[in-house]
Amino acid sequence: MDATYRAEPPDQIIRENLGAIDALYHRRSGATHLVAAPVPQILDALAEGPADLDGLMARLAARFDLGEGGDAARQALGERLAELVALGLVRDDRPAD
Amino acid sequence: MRHRIGLAVGPATFRIGSAWRAPIDALERLYAAYPPVDLDRRVPDFTVRLQPTRPWRRLIRPSIAIAGDHMLPDAAPMALDHGLLAAEMGMNLQMALGWRRHVLLHASCVERDGKALVITGESGSGKSTLAAMLGERGWRLMGDEFALLDPVAGTVFAFPRLVSLKNQAIEVATAGLPPERLGPRLEGTAKGTIRHLVPPVEAIARMAEPAIPRLLLLPRFGFAEAHRPVEQGEAFVRLTEASTNYLALGETGFRALTRFVREVPAVALDYPDSATVLAAVEALWSEVA
Repeated sequence: MDATYRAEPPDQIIRENLGAIDALYHRRSGATHLVAAPVPQILDALAEGPADLDGLMARLAARFDLGEGGDAARQALGERLAELVALGLVRDDRPAD
Repeated sequence: MRHRIGLAVGPATFRIGSAWRAPIDALERLYAAYPPVDLDRRVPDFTVRLQPTRPWRRLIRPSIAIAGDHMLPDAAPMALDHGLLAAEMGMNLQMALGWRRHVLLHASCVERDGKALVITGESGSGKSTLAAMLGERGWRLMGDEFALLDPVAGTVFAFPRLVSLKNQAIEVATAGLPPERLGPRLEGTAKGTIRHLVPPVEAIARMAEPAIPRLLLLPRFGFAEAHRPVEQGEAFVRLTEASTNYLALGETGFRALTRFVREVPAVALDYPDSATVLAAVEALWSEVA
């Protein structure tokens, strides 16, 4: 079964838009991250509530034109989420079998 | 320590102790115009000690080790002839590792009409030389090494220590200045020849006055003249790299630097010589001031 992704609580991340990039300050780790599209959009979509990869794809597709390459977009989203999990900005709760 | 002096530079106070007389004599001469610090009546922010690497080394081929509140474990010992440089390096180290009241930016800074030009860049970019030259040409020198950014007010405070000029910059920046404003030529240091310059009297007298940052300049020496605006994100990265205490300040540092890059335009400036950079700075300043 796919992992369920969950955003950090909103009070844990301070986000400042600096033109083409967003600067994120992660209170729990004290780390600063610089992120460009589509990461801020992914974090916004995930902030609506926990979701698996398909659920998050659906939220993003409702807001942005993801074009014809649905599989490629899904793969890219999975990669970005894995990076965000590694940074500690997103948690993936794998449900118990 | 056998010899000591109290110094105030900007908002910071120092006790410099030395096993030898000569470095303290040099500091007394060069810091004569700075406000005195009575070490019997107040506790300074930082202590720097210049001490022999071995007890007998005070007399035989003396070699200085820099010690203090904050230390780098692998700092190399220095020759006694470079005692003044050791004291300056020790003071810089205390600021870089220990100061918490401001976001410390490794940058030079000059002021005009209450507004500050903050200049940051890697070693060799010419930020010290440029600040020193502007300080002799109608700007108030706020510092050649550190600019102190107030995280609440967003203003910058001065740290006008002795200006440290290196190699070719010595002749460029000290032409026409009286010898009493210059320290001894220190040959053969790790960074080549170094000569210290006493800031103008006005820079020292007004060192407690903050200024509102108005332009961030990122110069590069040794290239044909060119300038380009720097986006907020790049400026933010450069400032976090230039800050020695950004990580230690946590959220305070983050908020201060994001605010800075939003409010202060940034320009990267390449230049081949001092005449070009001085003219370019005046032109850029007239656009923002």
